Amino acid sequence: MSLNHEVGTQLPEIAIHVTRADLIRYAGASGDLNIIHWNDRTATAVGLPGVIAHGMFTMGQAINVVTRYFGSAANVVDYQCRFTRPVVVPDDDEGALVTFGGKIAALNDDGTVRVDITATFEGKTVLAKAIALVKVA
Amino acid sequence: MALDPANIGKEFPPTSTYLVGREKVREFARAVSETASISNDLNAARAAGYSDLVAPVTFPIVITLEMMGEQVTSPEVGVDWSRVVHGDQRFAFTKPVVAGMELKSTTVIEDIKSMAGNDIITLRGDLREVGGDLVCQVWTSLVVRGEAA
Repeated sequence: MSLNHEVGTQLPEIAIHVTRADLIRYAGASGDLNIIHWNDRTATAVGLPGVIAHGMFTMGQAINVVTRYFGSAANVVDYQCRFTRPVVVPDDDEGALVTFGGKIAALNDDGTVRVDITATFEGKTVLAKAIALVKVA
Repeated sequence: MALDPANIGKEFPPTSTYLVGREKVREFARAVSETASISNDLNAARAAGYSDLVAPVTFPIVITLEMMGEQVTSPEVGVDWSRVVHGDQRFAFTKPVVAGMELKSTTVIEDIKSMAGNDIITLRGDLREVGGDLVCQVWTSLVVRGEAA
């Protein structure tokens, strides 16, 4: 497959339904057992609308837009984001719908491609300044 | 209580090493839906030139987050973990994290500042292979909500 590295190229979107089971799986895999990611009682006690996804869960899912397009995590040399809004995950079978997108924003002199990533939940962005640098040369 | 900017530059040397496990990589890849063959299939990883499974991009957080939590909640830094919200996160790689690597991490407090009644503490973890090579730098900014917030 030949990839298009032109600035402005949109990467295929990924939409996921985040369920409580996904959060528990992430908690176990990552070791982040913070109670607000699995217990409504605690989440609401600290002023949240309910259980929220780990920011790192969302960041970890968002980079799939890049790794699926470029084929591998090994070529991502830099990845950053700001967590701007929580993803509230209801206790049901459908979960929270989060949509990820990406656009090639720059071709850098050092042989990296800059991808600007978007993450949207309920029509609002949940990750700001989400930027990945991918080594392609 | 505001955090003390005198702790900017404070360094926490490695106290133990972290051995990146093949099944931990697989487990984490599944948790973040990283389906790439080099992170899931040993033969594919080796065919691509790696000695073992390649960890997903955000995997280093497994090594650093809990450790940084312990460091910043120490009495000398004084972060109240129950008031912490994850603000910013960045990973910069010198090379990919691969199963079998034994890593040690040094943490540095890069910045402490106050904004709108909250404290923001920025930490950098340098992950090196035992033996020396830098593998990855991990920046984590934590927002510590003020008493009034």
